[in-house]
Amino acid sequence: MHMADALLSPAVAGTMYVASAAVAGLSVYKLKKEEKLTSEPTFKRLPTMAVMSALVFAGQMINYTIPGTGSSGHICGGMLLTALLGPYAGFLSMITVLLIQCLFFADGGLMALGSNIWNMAFYGCFVGYFLIYRPIMKTKINTKIKLILASILGCVITLQMGAFSVVLETSLSGITELPFKSFVMLMQPIHLAIGLIEGLATSAVLVFVHSTSPDLIKGVDNGESKKSSLKVTIAVLLACVIVIGGGFSLLASGNPDGLEWALFGNTEYSESRTNMGLDEEDYGTSSSVADKAGSIQEKTSFLPDYAFSSDSENPLGTTVSGVVGSAIVAVIAIGICFAGGFFRKKTKKNA
Amino acid sequence: MNRAREASSEIRSVEDLSKLDSPVHGLSPLSKLLLTIVFIATVASFNKYDIVGLFAMILVPLLGYMISGIPVSTCFRKLKVVLPIVLLVGIVNPFLDREIMFSIGSFRVSYGIVSMVTLMLKGMYSLMASFLLVATMPIDDLCKSLRKIHMPKIIVSLLLLTYRYVSMFLDEVATMTESYSLRAPGQNGIAFRSWGSFLGQLIIRSMNKADRNYGSMILRGFNGEFYYCDRVFSKLSWLWIPILIAACVLMRIFNVPALLGSLFVR
Repeated sequence: MHMADALLSPAVAGTMYVASAAVAGLSVYKLKKEEKLTSEPTFKRLPTMAVMSALVFAGQMINYTIPGTGSSGHICGGMLLTALLGPYAGFLSMITVLLIQCLFFADGGLMALGSNIWNMAFYGCFVGYFLIYRPIMKTKINTKIKLILASILGCVITLQMGAFSVVLETSLSGITELPFKSFVMLMQPIHLAIGLIEGLATSAVLVFVHSTSPDLIKGVDNGESKKSSLKVTIAVLLACVIVIGGGFSLLASGNPDGLEWALFGNTEYSESRTNMGLDEEDYGTSSSVADKAGSIQEKTSFLPDYAFSSDSENPLGTTVSGVVGSAIVAVIAIGICFAGGFFRKKTKKNA
Repeated sequence: MNRAREASSEIRSVEDLSKLDSPVHGLSPLSKLLLTIVFIATVASFNKYDIVGLFAMILVPLLGYMISGIPVSTCFRKLKVVLPIVLLVGIVNPFLDREIMFSIGSFRVSYGIVSMVTLMLKGMYSLMASFLLVATMPIDDLCKSLRKIHMPKIIVSLLLLTYRYVSMFLDEVATMTESYSLRAPGQNGIAFRSWGSFLGQLIIRSMNKADRNYGSMILRGFNGEFYYCDRVFSKLSWLWIPILIAACVLMRIFNVPALLGSLFVR
């Protein structure tokens, strides 16, 4: 689910950065507000938050057996954090987990960080908490069942949303040739399985924590001791099946057409070789850069033989000069290697 | 080796690299961060068929690696894990985009093949640049700079604390999984039955640890703000960075290899 830089265009990556930064700002603001209300300093929660995000990070290193398949998977952690820390603190913790993964393990690109935060932390922490976890925790069934239900539903739904966002962001960037529909059909079922497994793992953890120290879990009314009714449980489980099954088929068949329409609506000059048809020349910033390049080239006419406009139609253009030029770049690169060594020795001497 | 232990030793090895002394290490972390982001954005903005223009961009990270004294091979050892992911997504391009672009002898190169290679190069360059950033920037310096640009205290402190706790937890996890696997020979991963208690134990233990840590922090006078060591960064930072950023932008606008080539070939 961690996106690499190469999959995103700067425009999409920038937009996602802004969106994620806005949510992070909101989280900090809300935490400060909570601090005023409860008169408990936020930094008092800092060690707990840090330990929890370190734990999610470490938890991702543990591979769980997936029953019946012979393979194994790991947790993602958004729902777990939101259940233990609340949505705002959970979101900030997820950001640090993703930041460390990006910086120290090259898991997900630096430019793609905004998208990754949105896909993995936003849905898990906010959608998962406000639309799934909290409403379920308010119902009057057995706490254990509530926790299991909330974590499975939460993980499955938020992971589906995250996977769909990955497809959407990649398609909008227009870098891979993968048609939108088949990409969706590839991503969603895989993440349905992963979400189920993560939901099971999260619920197992939450139930264990609840049984040993219940005050750690958000939104649990510890005084209640209502017996669960089998009927209610079965009804809720049935509803889950319908929601997951129905929701998924809707997502696979209904949405893409609307989105495809949106994609094509943006491209006026698209040659549309594939379903996705979003070319980078037609998209956002690149076109203006290319135009400017052309005009600068005309004005300076540094090398009159060399036609820039034909080059943008066929980027290899005057192929021979391209090859020769690349060879020169390679020589410069090797030169840098030697010069770098020379430079380094010199600085050592200076030091 | 255990996955968790491997990750923990990897963190330490990167931290060792970031403690080296070189002109690149001496630059201010913020300027390096800015340059890296501009570089990656420039690389990503290249046309998906502009393989020749993209090729020249390798000069920027290469220069960084050579001046900083960090072997490029260190970065490629990391690439071997991540590159297949980029490859997997680009790999469909040759099948979907079969229009022939040019041919070398009898070998026909389609647009799809070119865009696949471009995608791989983009991924590789971005990775090289971000690894260079991390390998030349200790976490303390990063946090200090983030505070300087008024990043909220809570995010910065969380980042620093999490980073400190991560290696501790990875070791803890490694010990736990190792002892588990010794008692469950021939089993792939942790059994379904033990999922909850395994991670749950870790959570309870870590919560207690967090409480103890907080107590000791309070005793040492912690009041919500960390103090970072006062390192003086090279004044040249803000001179070098604009030059390099301009170089990136120029390489994006002008197809440098083609221009160089046309000097020699008529």
